[in-house]
Amino acid sequence: MPQVSMTVNGRKVTGEVEGRTLLVDFLREGLRLTGTHVGCDTAQCGACVVHVDGRSVKACNIFALEADGTEVTTIEGIAKDGALSVVQAAFQTHHGLQCGFCTPGMVMTATSLLAENPDPSEAEIREYLEGNICRCTGYHNIVKAIRAAATELGAARVAAE
Amino acid sequence: MPDGGIGASNKRREDVRFLTGKGRYTDDFNRPDQTYVWFLRSDVAHGRIRKLDISAAEQMPGVVKIFTAADFASAGGIPAGWMVTDRFGQPMKEPKHPILAEGKVRHVGDPIAAVVAETRAQARDAAEAIELDIEELPAVVDMRAALADGASLVHEEAGTNLCYDWGFVEDNRDAVDAAIKAAPHVTTLELVNNRLVPNAMEPRAAIGEYDAADDQHTLYTTSQNPHVIRLLMGAFVLGIPEQKLRVVAPDVGGGFGSKIFHYAEEAFVTAAAKAVGRPVKWTSTRSEAFMSDAHGRDHVTRIELATDLQGKFLAIRSTTLANMGAYLSTFAPSIPTYLHGTLMAGNYTTPLIYVNVRAVFTNTVPVDAYRGAGRPEATFQLERVVDKAARELGIDPIEIRRKNFVKPDQYPYQTPVAVNYDTGNYDATMDKLVEIADVAGFPARKAESAARGKLRGLGISSYIEACGIAPSNLVGQLGARAGLYEAATVRVNPTGGITVFTGSHSHGQGHETTFPQVVASMLGIDPGQIEISHGDTAKVPFGMGTYGSRSLAVGGSAIVKAMDKIIAKAKKIAAHLMEASEADIELKDGRFSVAGTDRSVAWTDVTLAAYVPHNYPLEQIEPGLEETAFYDPSNFTYPAGCYACEVEVDPETGVVSVLGFAAADDFGNVVNPMIVEGQVHGGIAQGIGQAMLEAAGYDADGQLVTGSYMDYAMPRSNDVPSYKVDHSCVTPCTHNPLGVKGCGEAGAIGSPPAFVNAVLDALNGGGIAVDHINMPLTPSRVWAAIQAARA
Repeated sequence: MPQVSMTVNGRKVTGEVEGRTLLVDFLREGLRLTGTHVGCDTAQCGACVVHVDGRSVKACNIFALEADGTEVTTIEGIAKDGALSVVQAAFQTHHGLQCGFCTPGMVMTATSLLAENPDPSEAEIREYLEGNICRCTGYHNIVKAIRAAATELGAARVAAE
Repeated sequence: MPDGGIGASNKRREDVRFLTGKGRYTDDFNRPDQTYVWFLRSDVAHGRIRKLDISAAEQMPGVVKIFTAADFASAGGIPAGWMVTDRFGQPMKEPKHPILAEGKVRHVGDPIAAVVAETRAQARDAAEAIELDIEELPAVVDMRAALADGASLVHEEAGTNLCYDWGFVEDNRDAVDAAIKAAPHVTTLELVNNRLVPNAMEPRAAIGEYDAADDQHTLYTTSQNPHVIRLLMGAFVLGIPEQKLRVVAPDVGGGFGSKIFHYAEEAFVTAAAKAVGRPVKWTSTRSEAFMSDAHGRDHVTRIELATDLQGKFLAIRSTTLANMGAYLSTFAPSIPTYLHGTLMAGNYTTPLIYVNVRAVFTNTVPVDAYRGAGRPEATFQLERVVDKAARELGIDPIEIRRKNFVKPDQYPYQTPVAVNYDTGNYDATMDKLVEIADVAGFPARKAESAARGKLRGLGISSYIEACGIAPSNLVGQLGARAGLYEAATVRVNPTGGITVFTGSHSHGQGHETTFPQVVASMLGIDPGQIEISHGDTAKVPFGMGTYGSRSLAVGGSAIVKAMDKIIAKAKKIAAHLMEASEADIELKDGRFSVAGTDRSVAWTDVTLAAYVPHNYPLEQIEPGLEETAFYDPSNFTYPAGCYACEVEVDPETGVVSVLGFAAADDFGNVVNPMIVEGQVHGGIAQGIGQAMLEAAGYDADGQLVTGSYMDYAMPRSNDVPSYKVDHSCVTPCTHNPLGVKGCGEAGAIGSPPAFVNAVLDALNGGGIAVDHINMPLTPSRVWAAIQAARA
């Protein structure tokens, strides 16, 4: 079987995969990083979103071999030294999750959004989340959490300047 | 901010693991030496299996064993949990639902064979090598066609596709007919309550494990009620006694009803693990979920509302065809009957009501409870026909509702459809709704839309639901094959911390946060000292699980009952420690004191004494501090409220935009407002999804044409607005200790009629006369209705 190597959450990893092995299966089964979820089989729901070389990618939609040599960040790599990131903390404060299954993908997508657009409007947030389905929250508190995270990160930037 | 007790919006403690990828969902578990199963499923809706040859597939790499129906000859069928008696006194038709198809397939997705292999991919590859020949039979998809003479029979042994013909209340039938005949005005509406796919984001999964050393079975499964699965599967399907079967439902990624039911795949992995001597794991793909998770709704209804000319309701006659699908799922027979007919009074004082439901077998996936379960179907037809009556009679839709509301001085209110409302105040929620939806400002907003060529509409609905199911003696009379109490054990540890074992199951509802708030309030201690354990039959003594908005009203009440016992015993211990009379002991802020003195002992002094009984009234009470309680409610609870939806319709394209949604609910007392509001948000989104986007579609041959997220339109962030929700109108439930009613389903019940009423208000208010459009109100349907009205 072919070998694949990548850096996942800062750690160099190597594994054997079939040609048909999806990145999400390599992460979940090969590396036992089960925070990345599989909610569909048509690349629609976004529960499997990870960052590959800094960009949000649906890990069910690329083969593990396609990620060879890349830097991958999963939900397990977002909190630093046990402290929730601003986005993660905002999801908790604003009740942006219920069953938690879509949550890893939501956090990864929201983190990408704020990296690209630090001060998104509600409409821009809703537009950006189009590829992430949540069945529990009705999106209200997810949008609220991301807006709050943007505000907090913005204030931190101002304070740093 | 420290965590508080009842009434505090504590942040959820479970969130940290979910936010960091440390949730423990069923598919996250792997068991040592595990195998994987792939189900070969029927790709035709109805047919006889002519040939099923597994010999070539057995030779495929990695195959451990391939199972067919012959391997389950001694197993029972998947049981239905309710028996419905028809209006002639006869039992419903209850054909067998085998684990794997026995000679015949009855819906697309019906499992035929199961391949157990070393890897999932190998199991899937081998399934494709099974030789299968099916003689296709005519499929019945449409319910009316299924009841026609000569229709193809889903179950030949039943002799009919009619499961039951139910009348409620049958004795009212003639009086209702006469009242409608004599009424000055009758509003009639024919409508479809569209079939939905629940689509919890976590697909179902199950792992069976067998330990031959002590003949113990373990099933890990995505369930809302692990004890119920243990009972149904153990007693009715596989013949495993409870003490030999452990069912674990760890973190579960949403349920919405679809994970209540006992499914064939659970029985399969449990039995197969013993047969192959290794754990067997199954994880549903989303495509599989669409054709194997029980669907929801799917009613075709005609409702007639008789009124006087001033809009006072005189009688209701509701006639429904309810799709059961190909087999009876666990709760299926009860949904169109006892969770639908009993709600037909709504919030109103209509004196005469008759409900007829014919349940029909078709060659489709089984239909069962989905968020609201029967109550959305009742509310939708009622709130639609009320709106239509208001338009016909020239009465404001808010006024016609107020005119017929049960008034606060009428409780307890006995409806003509069996249920007895204990309390409520519907005018108060309507007043609140009018305020938060800014109904007064609507004309100006409508004019602003009109200036842009858009039609703005405001839709109102009221709802009531029966939650906290249920009084066991009542549901037993109605055909339930189980009790519907809840159980709780409170284990106080020597150093004062508490573990609560609850039969309720959290799959998003936040019980790990809210239940400690209840316990903490009773003791006056920090909720952080209290842990919740749920979802494992080896830990929790018993339970009926979470559905029907029952966790707090029934499960929470069981915890309160167990805590009452704990406090009573703790007071005895405290009295002994302080050499005082038990009657003088008061508990406040985690301390026991002697009334009128400055003597007190801490909670932890008492708990330690209970486990280190050196100075202890051993002749009066046992050491230890652990109590179990079962709570069986004396009535349903009746959450109620009023909802408003504001939409804008583009008359050129039929596109509907939801601009605002307001909900004023009376849930009784509220433990954690943040969580309650979140439940309402999610329910509203599912209701808007049903009304605007979602529909499970079958073609005439019974092919599921909406089998993935590419063709089944889930509500996405862009489809819904932010919501205004209010739960400040409180009439506490009169018969449970917390005064709570339940909030999980309300949003999904009240919102579909509000949405449809809004679209029709927009059209009619814009001079386009349209009586009704069936859900989902897609742009093409709205556009077609506009064109038909203009023609």
